[in-house]
Amino acid sequence: MSALQPSELDRPTLARDRSAADADLKSVSAALRRAEFGDRMRSLLLAAPLLVLLALSFGIPIVLLLSRAVYDPTIADALPKTTAALTGWNGQGLPGDDAFVALAADLKDNQAKGTAYELAKSLNARLPGARSQVLKTVRKLESADGQAALGAIKSVPFWSAPSTWPTIQNGTRSLTSFYLLSALDLRWNADGGIERVPPEQAIFIQVFLRTFFVAASVTLATLILGFPLAYLIANVPKGLAAILIVAVLLPFWTSILVRTAAWTVLLQKFGLVNDFLLFIGVTGDRLDLMYSRIGLIIAMTHIQLPFTLLPIYSVMRTIPPSQMKAAYSLGARPFTAFRRIYIPQVFPGVMAGCMLTFILCLGYYITPALIGGASDQLISNFIANYVNVELNWEMAAALSFILLVFTLALFGIFARVLGLDRLKLV
Amino acid sequence: MTQLRTRLLALAAATACMTGAAFAEELSIMASGGAWQDAQRKAWFEPFAKETGAKILEQEYLGDLGKVKAMVETGNVPIDLVTVETATVLQGCDAGILERLDYAKIAPRDKFIEGSALDCGVGLDAYGDILAYDPTVLKEAPTSVLDLFDTTKFPGKRAMRKFPAQNLEWALMADGVTPADVYKVLATPEGVDRAFKKLDTIKQDIVWWDAGAQPAQLLASKEVVMTTAWNGRIQNAIDTDKKPFKIVWNNQILEYDMIAIPKGARNPELAYKYLAYISEPKNNAKLASYITYGPVRTDAASFVAADALPKLPNAPDHLSGAYLVADTEFWGDYGEDLVKRFNAWLAQ
Repeated sequence: MSALQPSELDRPTLARDRSAADADLKSVSAALRRAEFGDRMRSLLLAAPLLVLLALSFGIPIVLLLSRAVYDPTIADALPKTTAALTGWNGQGLPGDDAFVALAADLKDNQAKGTAYELAKSLNARLPGARSQVLKTVRKLESADGQAALGAIKSVPFWSAPSTWPTIQNGTRSLTSFYLLSALDLRWNADGGIERVPPEQAIFIQVFLRTFFVAASVTLATLILGFPLAYLIANVPKGLAAILIVAVLLPFWTSILVRTAAWTVLLQKFGLVNDFLLFIGVTGDRLDLMYSRIGLIIAMTHIQLPFTLLPIYSVMRTIPPSQMKAAYSLGARPFTAFRRIYIPQVFPGVMAGCMLTFILCLGYYITPALIGGASDQLISNFIANYVNVELNWEMAAALSFILLVFTLALFGIFARVLGLDRLKLV
Repeated sequence: MTQLRTRLLALAAATACMTGAAFAEELSIMASGGAWQDAQRKAWFEPFAKETGAKILEQEYLGDLGKVKAMVETGNVPIDLVTVETATVLQGCDAGILERLDYAKIAPRDKFIEGSALDCGVGLDAYGDILAYDPTVLKEAPTSVLDLFDTTKFPGKRAMRKFPAQNLEWALMADGVTPADVYKVLATPEGVDRAFKKLDTIKQDIVWWDAGAQPAQLLASKEVVMTTAWNGRIQNAIDTDKKPFKIVWNNQILEYDMIAIPKGARNPELAYKYLAYISEPKNNAKLASYITYGPVRTDAASFVAADALPKLPNAPDHLSGAYLVADTEFWGDYGEDLVKRFNAWLAQ
């Protein structure tokens, strides 16, 4: 683009008036834009297979899974008659008999279709204990019709409890905020406002904060360990540097599970670390390193070290030593030279390494599960629990969504403050 | 840890094999591995294969239904049978991912111990949640699982399963609730508070375990002085690894292992044939010879090998003291909520 200067283009048309020259210029730049657009399209076409693959294998599944956090039609699908009967209800006290009759009919339909269990489970997620009540009522209704059905359903105290019907009404809305609110330790109260859940049930905010705290601690630890090492590798003779790089990368090539398992051997109560500390007399008693926050941070720091170190190293390598010498020759003291010449240049690498480590740490699962104690479990462990054990994928989706939002927000702030173009990823 | 690693490897291998598991007379069974799956192989898989000519394809998994749910939801179910815990059977049943069983094709339902024949799962064996300790470490022998809560008499770390089930029951019993009332009390908010308050008293001394193989490892590495465990795993460590561990049966909690047919299984008829086979009293008793888990048929006790009987959780000797039968309906109802509360409590 910069090769075509207006002055060169204009040379044959010097005699013409200015407006004609302008028009020419415009058409040339339009042609240029067209050509550039074609170039861009061609390169996009080359990248198309990758983009399609990403969309199919990454984008769409993520969107589909995350949509579960806000879209849960189980109750609405299972209770169409009840949904209709509740449309005019104001949520106060108990609804009229027609709602009970509709519910009885819906429950019987569910039993016939074999979906009563799904309904029971879905209701139970919102109202603990509802599961057996639904199933009990379904069994009672098997031999009851009309007036008898109304009597049968009213004979189960659960259906006349104050929280039952508002929960059902809430559940009949397919678009729900229930899971997202739960993921933030919030819930709807009886008056239609949002309130915090009681402290003995509040958990996720604390876990999110813990996840960010562990990620930040590990990032800081890898920086403190990685920066001098990167400096060393960048400033020793090539042969030695290669050996050091291999030493850093060697654990990088082993599976994360193996590295974590190795740490459990080292950190356990009668393990090598404790033996050594006792031997040199640093501690009088054996420390509880396993199942503790400190053990978790040690193991994660070890696993993450290359991720922080490599971007820093790759930037340090490009800084010629002569610059520092020049600074000294101009009278700067070593620290001043380091602060004003060296740091600003390695800064993008430091930021890139730290961000890489921080974001990877947010998703740690195996290491906290094996080395962390009960109060060191990170948000991924909870997501895995909801996916695998509770089978509550809606809740898992909500937690993932919140994590994604927090991460993107942090990334956004970061990019805003430092400028994305200053990042250097390797 | 090795256990977990082997399992993960096996899981990967199992996934790789799945594509080949679709032929008519092949029965694909997914179990949770380890010594327990080895025992099933000797007691049931191999004899059944010999008798019917069917080929048994084994797979392993970690015991959580997320994998099965994903199979059922995508309509690609390469397994015909899956072993599960009782609480998981209820979940799977509710979520519509396990077939509701037709007991006419298996065995008379009333011949099973109460609570071991469920709508979506049939019992395989009975196991006990017990207390194990190493007498070379602990000078004085605990006499009840509830000694977990006695930190003055038994100081030191104790390991418990990182799960509310069993722990809340034991906490209430240690607080003076009789076994018969445990689930009634636990169904009330005050009861739950009471159980957690009791657990609070030993919270600082607990190391939590996840996988069934961990308790024996924690005892062996002397990380803890006592641990709750599944009886078979400890017995296995005593018999096979020659560990000096001891089991405390008093106040044990009895549970059942289950087997279920996932919805959309390719070979349900053969799966039913297998269920009928292992539910015959003679066959049902066979597992006890390979791992110390008891039969679930009421009429199977007489078929249990004489040397295996005294080690079973439901041997008469082990039911002479106090014991509790786990209430699966209760955990189906309150499980998810209590797990959340438990996790919140852990984090505090």
